[in-house]
Amino acid sequence: MTLEILNLSKEFPVPGQPPIQALSGITLTVGDKEFVSVLGPSGCGKTTLLRIVAGLETATSGSITLDGESIDRRSSQMAMIFQEYSLYPWRTIIDNVTFGLEMQNIEERPAREVALEYLHLVGLDEFANRYPYELSGGMRQRVAVARAMAIEPRILLMDEPFGALDAQTRNMLQKELLEIWEKTRKTVLFVTHSVDEAVYLSDRIVVLTARPGRIRKIVDSSLERPRNRTSPEFARIRRCVLDLINESGQPKEDLIVHPPSL
Amino acid sequence: MRSPLTLLLPVLLIVGWEVAAYFIDNPFILPSLTTVIPILLHPFSSEYTLGSGSLVDNAAASLFRVASGFLLAAVIAIPLGIGMGRSHFLHDFLDSTIELLRPIPPLAWVPLALAWFKIGFVSIVFIIFIGAFFPILLNTIDGVKSVKKTWIEVAETLGARERDVLSKVILPGSAPTVWTGLRVGFGIAWMCVVAAEWLPGISRGLGYLILYAYNFGQTNLIIAGMVVIGVIGILIDQIFRAGEKRWFSWRSLER
Repeated sequence: MTLEILNLSKEFPVPGQPPIQALSGITLTVGDKEFVSVLGPSGCGKTTLLRIVAGLETATSGSITLDGESIDRRSSQMAMIFQEYSLYPWRTIIDNVTFGLEMQNIEERPAREVALEYLHLVGLDEFANRYPYELSGGMRQRVAVARAMAIEPRILLMDEPFGALDAQTRNMLQKELLEIWEKTRKTVLFVTHSVDEAVYLSDRIVVLTARPGRIRKIVDSSLERPRNRTSPEFARIRRCVLDLINESGQPKEDLIVHPPSL
Repeated sequence: MRSPLTLLLPVLLIVGWEVAAYFIDNPFILPSLTTVIPILLHPFSSEYTLGSGSLVDNAAASLFRVASGFLLAAVIAIPLGIGMGRSHFLHDFLDSTIELLRPIPPLAWVPLALAWFKIGFVSIVFIIFIGAFFPILLNTIDGVKSVKKTWIEVAETLGARERDVLSKVILPGSAPTVWTGLRVGFGIAWMCVVAAEWLPGISRGLGYLILYAYNFGQTNLIIAGMVVIGVIGILIDQIFRAGEKRWFSWRSLER
């Protein structure tokens, strides 16, 4: 499913002052089954962009379409994964995963079957009847992935989902996410502030400027997967992205960057 | 297991009491425990209570009043607290009034209760209602506000409608704090009932019983009544705590 964001802007009103411009003129197409990361300095509005796509906030101007059809509010074609603390602590793991299915009025038994399937996908089927407090941070984020996948969305929105995890767990979850993505082939829009993460995961990396967030460049990151974080190609794309973040100034004319070959 | 140290002071107090009662030798000031215990051992008999109903009868009367006022308070305070926790408008509209009424002790409402509802059941229930209402309300508001925004947004992105958010996120998410409010509210209600039963024209209840015993100079009955009041208070508090442990342990275990 193709996600098209057209000329999207967002202002936050401030009483007695001019509004804060969070995002300005964002135009981006995420192709079917494509993995696109949005990267930028903190406060650049990358999370706001994701929240607007998810329907949790409204844009001041601009439009969002899914396969050419405009969406105004939340769409069941999309599911979002949050940074942390998103599991319901009063529900068991499996009941967390069935939450979205309950919202779609799916009966308990088929809902549990679907939930178990996705728990199996993230390797946590043995923990179905445990509670979130019994699980580590990394396991909880796996459950959050399973919960989002269980409603079988065609687009996954991920808001720094591994940002609160330690480096090792983080690397492991990135690898697992790619495996799941290769099996299920969702369109993914992934927000992160980690250059390494973006280069490891994405087909393309959208680099935003500081406030107001505009698209600075879109970096082509189409290396063969699985990627080797220590390979020269990886380092080359990494450096290209880092340079874009560190450079000051306005977006340049040619929007798509192909990192120079060695 | 608790350390035996926790039992030391109660045992010393009881021994000290008996010794003091022996030397004071005035059952109106300090009756011997041997005159209190028989009353407690015959809770169904009215022979030990100067014919004013057995301990159990009086306890049942008090419990019924407390339950009535407490349930009424819960039924009003919980929905109101959810509304105030969810809506800034409702919160701003009601908050100042609540802050104004909250510090007034429940017993300060007694004369007004008598003026409005006359002497009797309704007045007592009203006093208990006032006592239980504010802790339940304030805890419910806190509980609803403590529901994480992410929990609500997760539900919304998974297709929850407003009533799903309320029943599947706000209610379970705030339930532990609401439960604490109910426990505290019941404790205050139980304290209120004893004093409210001192109103003129009341002829049953543990509060009534101990005042009646005083009028007859029966200090042993006063003390027996106080023991029953205390034991019931502890038992109900323990029931609430057991419920907290059983249903809401996730809150204390959550990191």
